[in-house]
Amino acid sequence: MSRKPNHPTKTFLRVLSYLAEKKFLFVLVIFLVLMNSGAQILGNYFLKPIINDYISPMIGVAKENRVYTGLILILFQLACIYITGILCGYAYKYIMMKLSNEALNRMREDLFNKMQDLPIQYYDTHAHGDIMSCYTNDIDTIREAMSEGFTAIISSVVSVGGTFIMMLMISPFLTMFILIMAVLMILIIKKFGSLSSSFFKKQQKAIGKVNGYVEEMFEGVKVVKVFNYENKTMEEFDKINNELKDAAIDANTYASIIMPIMGNLSYITYAIIAAMGAVQVINHMLDIGSLAAFLQYTRSFSHPLTNLSQQFNSILQALAGAERVFALIDEKEEVNNGKVTLVNVKKENGKLVECEEVTHLWAWKHPHGDRYELVELKGDVRFHDVVFGYEKNHTVLKHINLFAKPGQKIAFVGSTGAGKTTITNLINRFYDVNEGMITYDGIDIRLIRKEDLRRSLAMVLQDTHLFTTTVRENIRYGNLNASDEEVIEAAKLANAHGFIEHLPEGYDTVIRGDGANLSQGQRQLLAIARAAIANPPVLILDEATSSIDTRTEKLIQDGMDKLMHGRTVFVIAHRLSTVRNSDAILVLEHGEIIERGSHEELLAQKGKYFELCMGVSELS
Amino acid sequence: MIKTLKPYLKGYGKYVLLCTLAIALEGILEILVPFMMAKIVDVGVVNQDLNYVLKIGGLMLVMSLCSLACGAAASRLSAIAGIGFGSQLRKALFDKIQTFSFSNIDKYSIPSLVTRATTDVNNVMRMFLMLTKTAVRSPIMLVTSICIAARINSELVMIFLITVPIIGIALYAIIRLSFPLFEKMLKKYDGLNASVQENLIGIRVVKAFVRSAYEKIKFKTSNDELMKASIKAEKVIILNMPIMQFSTYLCIILILWFGGGLVMDEKMLTGELMSFITYVTQILMSLMMLSMIFVNVLISSASVERIVEVLNEEIDITDHENSSSQPIKKGNIEFKNVSFSYKKNGTSKVLENINVKIEAGETIGIIGGTGSSKSTFVQLIPRLYDATEGSVLVDGRNVKDIKIETLRDSVSMVLQKNVLFSGTILENLRWGNLHATEQECINACKVSNAHDFIMSFPEGYQTYIEQGGTNVSGGQKQRLCIARALLKNPKILILDDSTSAVDTATDASIRKELKEKLKDMTTLIIAQRISSIQDADRILVFEDGHIQDIGTHEELLLRNAIYQEVYESQMKGVVSE
Repeated sequence: MSRKPNHPTKTFLRVLSYLAEKKFLFVLVIFLVLMNSGAQILGNYFLKPIINDYISPMIGVAKENRVYTGLILILFQLACIYITGILCGYAYKYIMMKLSNEALNRMREDLFNKMQDLPIQYYDTHAHGDIMSCYTNDIDTIREAMSEGFTAIISSVVSVGGTFIMMLMISPFLTMFILIMAVLMILIIKKFGSLSSSFFKKQQKAIGKVNGYVEEMFEGVKVVKVFNYENKTMEEFDKINNELKDAAIDANTYASIIMPIMGNLSYITYAIIAAMGAVQVINHMLDIGSLAAFLQYTRSFSHPLTNLSQQFNSILQALAGAERVFALIDEKEEVNNGKVTLVNVKKENGKLVECEEVTHLWAWKHPHGDRYELVELKGDVRFHDVVFGYEKNHTVLKHINLFAKPGQKIAFVGSTGAGKTTITNLINRFYDVNEGMITYDGIDIRLIRKEDLRRSLAMVLQDTHLFTTTVRENIRYGNLNASDEEVIEAAKLANAHGFIEHLPEGYDTVIRGDGANLSQGQRQLLAIARAAIANPPVLILDEATSSIDTRTEKLIQDGMDKLMHGRTVFVIAHRLSTVRNSDAILVLEHGEIIERGSHEELLAQKGKYFELCMGVSELS
Repeated sequence: MIKTLKPYLKGYGKYVLLCTLAIALEGILEILVPFMMAKIVDVGVVNQDLNYVLKIGGLMLVMSLCSLACGAAASRLSAIAGIGFGSQLRKALFDKIQTFSFSNIDKYSIPSLVTRATTDVNNVMRMFLMLTKTAVRSPIMLVTSICIAARINSELVMIFLITVPIIGIALYAIIRLSFPLFEKMLKKYDGLNASVQENLIGIRVVKAFVRSAYEKIKFKTSNDELMKASIKAEKVIILNMPIMQFSTYLCIILILWFGGGLVMDEKMLTGELMSFITYVTQILMSLMMLSMIFVNVLISSASVERIVEVLNEEIDITDHENSSSQPIKKGNIEFKNVSFSYKKNGTSKVLENINVKIEAGETIGIIGGTGSSKSTFVQLIPRLYDATEGSVLVDGRNVKDIKIETLRDSVSMVLQKNVLFSGTILENLRWGNLHATEQECINACKVSNAHDFIMSFPEGYQTYIEQGGTNVSGGQKQRLCIARALLKNPKILILDDSTSAVDTATDASIRKELKEKLKDMTTLIIAQRISSIQDADRILVFEDGHIQDIGTHEELLLRNAIYQEVYESQMKGVVSE
């Protein structure tokens, strides 16, 4: 991942727009930062009159004759300035802290909301790790830069500028030295910056190699053990680990050496100014109070300069991170311009009438101008000459025609890459067809609002994804309005009730993220219950039982049969025993249906299906 | 905790020492600069002594240059020491995990181990780098500054002696108050990221059930909670800035007042007053740095804990002094009253009272439902796990008395969850035997029916396998894994569901090849498909951690209900009904 942003100004302004949501507060922050730095500069300036006008004249004056009122007054003024500075400082820190937290909160929310609206295609073409790193690495760097960098830049610029003006006022001659030093410092920062960034690149490469190796070898650590390969991998790791060490030492040296160089350069400046100033004082070209103030400025001049150079780096990194975050936020959303919606209906005099209450009878509401037509939801799905490819020039499905009447069970058989899962991706419009049309109860599915289309379908996938929450909530995911009783009913239907009861806390048992506390079969049963509670007319089972052994499958089968009863079902299966009792089996190869028919018919054909059943061909 | 990490500093101790010295020197020189400045003003200017001014000015310049050299050297030295330490720690962690037994590995999740070896090590290294630089510097600066200030004027230094402890306590209180709040916030942060990750993995489920709106609300709730927690924690921590500014300014005013008085009394010189003010910032800055160290140590202590946990993990399967390296000659296996439990205390046994004898050269089929402990059973033979009770014998020798390396060289196992590594096919095959010739590799691939598809690749045996073997199909991967296992020339071969993605015809061909070319080898085959094991010499039927029956295919088909059931469920309607 690159460390440098491509459009720094644009991105910076956009980050700013998050920060400046409340414009007044944002302006106030800038004002308060100015006040805080101003107070510091002004405070230093007071040193001169205090020493020159109030302390020096009193030297040697007898205690009784001294006049303290002036000193008290000026110290009081100084205290007032300081207190204003402190209060402004705390106020801007506090407001900025709130603003940046709120900005990050909004950024995260925008990120997540966008994620929910992105098409599946995005997830199929982007690595999860990259998306996650928006939330972790990128937001983190933005956070650091926001809470520190932004105000630091303002206050540094103010300090450097203000201090410079003050110094100019005291002594233009001495300021010249400061200027020369400042130029020198900037040159050094630049030189070391580019040096360290080239070493940094080398280091990043080495880190990538080490992390990759660690990941691969830990992933395969059991294989390593079986092959007695421990010593060999340790040797290999030693090599790349040392490469990293060498690169990191250089990168780190150059990154950290800037600090002492800058710090000590400021002392060198200090020494030069002290000596030069003293010479001037001796020659009566400068008074001692001015020298004191000037020396104090010298010290407070280099600090913000160093700070600025450090912040600059982190801000560049943050902008690069922000660019990635915004790239995700700017991704194109899933198109959703369907007009046909799913509504509850009741039958009155044999005619469908839309109604508010839950009737378990649904219809598609199909608007035609200002009139609309109600079509009963039955679950009739047809493919008309469908052509589809994930990429241009690469067709996955070629002229597919198929029909599933309400209540029919249609099975797809074929090897990986034959296009089985693609068919289900098209039915629920994770992807849209390139040519041809899919109809649902006679309506082109592209006319149906995606939410409603998907609500009328339920899927059970091979990777039964469960969420980190209770068993009950996981089942309820299929229908958020389901009552506890309905949850139990669905679990019973899926034959899951029995094992759930045996869990330590029954329906309230929390399933851990990786689901390690449940067996694969049990997870599958929960997924089936989840689909059951959604109670849709159409069901898609994509390799739903492939990771279960045949004996366990038999236990699930009963639940599956109950679930499938009366619904249109699309089954994709690796194992042939699962598809046997389908109304129609379609054998797919290279995106074409090469055989179709019932189990018996296909066996009689002695074609590909027969070969698969006899185990002559390989499914992989 | 720190003690466990100490050995990994070995070889870098001198760098740490030199670095500390350089930093101490730099710090002291730095502090002397304002002191010299006072001399210039008070002696040089007051006496109008130009030579003195130039002499001291020159000295200051030299000192600054020395300090610069020291600082630069310290940067280099601390980089060498810190990164050397980090890299030794990483290496130690990697090596340790390589020596983990299967049960050690099962205790951790793989991603968590990866995080420990990467992110956590980096955190600790960063902390160490910071410590070498500031842990010495700040206290030195603090103490020397106060000492010099005391030398300049012992009365005025009282201001520091009173304010410093008060500020110290205030900073400490802020850290103590904010740390638990930060911990809470970090937990919320991890939770939020975990739920995003979960959503990402399950995006198809979310979309299929039209739950975006629900997920958005759920996310908003935890996102807002995170923000509140974060504001609560930061609210406390930002107090340190006004406290620092307040104390700095207070000290300056106090010094001006009391110091001004002293100057008037001619007990102190103007230059001394000026340098005194300089020391205010120096002293308070080092105090601030000290508190930062404290915060950082606290933050990285979680990483240290996670690393130490792995380093201190007890390896439960190791060689003992008398382990024999005598090679295994025949390859017969015996289980004597073997029980096994994944839990240390021996409860919930997954294998109970297993007694079976397998002769050298026999082919054994193993069948049973998920969770019937078939895999556990075979994993006891190469000592991937140790039997909890009873003993496992190979060639009549207890496996616990054979050197692990010797044992695993003779017992080759193809794991159920197998992996190929990034590298060419040939390199992957040579995992079985580093010194195998190309011809030997080809022979093994012919046995495992992999040769033909390898040759169909444009680059043949030089084809590059991507990490995790993603560019070959499941069936091809399994056949490569078998070939790799065969290259060991094992006396015992264990195939744990290793041909599930291979079609039955190829499966049969592999078994035929094994039988013909390697007839002296004992072979154990776990399979879901009856066809994969039906021609084995004997078949073990597993159920709930017991061997429920042993017999040939024909015998079992006649008498064993489970076997019949599995057979029927697989054959029904396919061949004949």
